Amino acid sequence: MANDKALGVDGDLLVILRHGPHGTSWLREGLDAALVAAAFGRRVTLLFMGEGVTALVPGQKSGPLGQKGTSPTLEMLEMYDIDTLLVETEALALFGLRADGLMLSAREVEAAELAELASTHSLVLTF
Amino acid sequence: MMRYAILLMGAPYSSQAAHSALRFARAVAERGHRLEGVFFYHDGVHNAARLAAPPQDEPHLVDGWTALAADHGVPLQICIAAALRRGLLDEREAARHGKQGYSVAPPFELTGLGQLVDLGLRCDRLVTFGP
Repeated sequence: MANDKALGVDGDLLVILRHGPHGTSWLREGLDAALVAAAFGRRVTLLFMGEGVTALVPGQKSGPLGQKGTSPTLEMLEMYDIDTLLVETEALALFGLRADGLMLSAREVEAAELAELASTHSLVLTF
Repeated sequence: MMRYAILLMGAPYSSQAAHSALRFARAVAERGHRLEGVFFYHDGVHNAARLAAPPQDEPHLVDGWTALAADHGVPLQICIAAALRRGLLDEREAARHGKQGYSVAPPFELTGLGQLVDLGLRCDRLVTFGP
């Protein structure tokens, strides 16, 4: 790829997470896909985009609905060798968050860099 | 000739996703491309509900998928974790969980998410349909 130097992030699978941790099962099911791919030895990159960045807000609990919540899953990512975590800069600003205040260390990317990310991964799944 | 796969994440009749996915699947196969599989995830697993009984003047999506599999030999794979928690069990899973009756039958098959990743990486294009 001509432009993979710019970000230097590549892999087999890019999982884009665009939903928050509560309200729907999109985030949970997206993370499940990422974990399974990693368990099968694929190199996985996670991109938290839009409302998806709220998944990384620290101190989350499971809440009154009895669902498990996603932060225990996020804490397991490292065990699955998923260590490339990206967050969309614009979304952080929109939700008043800072990259250094998230529950996991994640690198900021700008919306303009998304095309490059899609081109440096063999497969992209969006949740 | 290209190798395609489809990921369907929309429930039948709730949104356009399932109708479009089925039409796209037919078009791919009829244009001489190879459709390596359709994977049903998230609310898309409801497309495998064998008890679906839509009004007769509406497209019957379950029959549509079944015909696609019969005509073109396309595997129809359902994520087992997403299916079980939504009440979609084949005969074997129903027995295993002590349930009367079952809601998924061949050609739909319950399988794992690993199949989705494999399918996506093996094909030239994975096309996602969702709400």
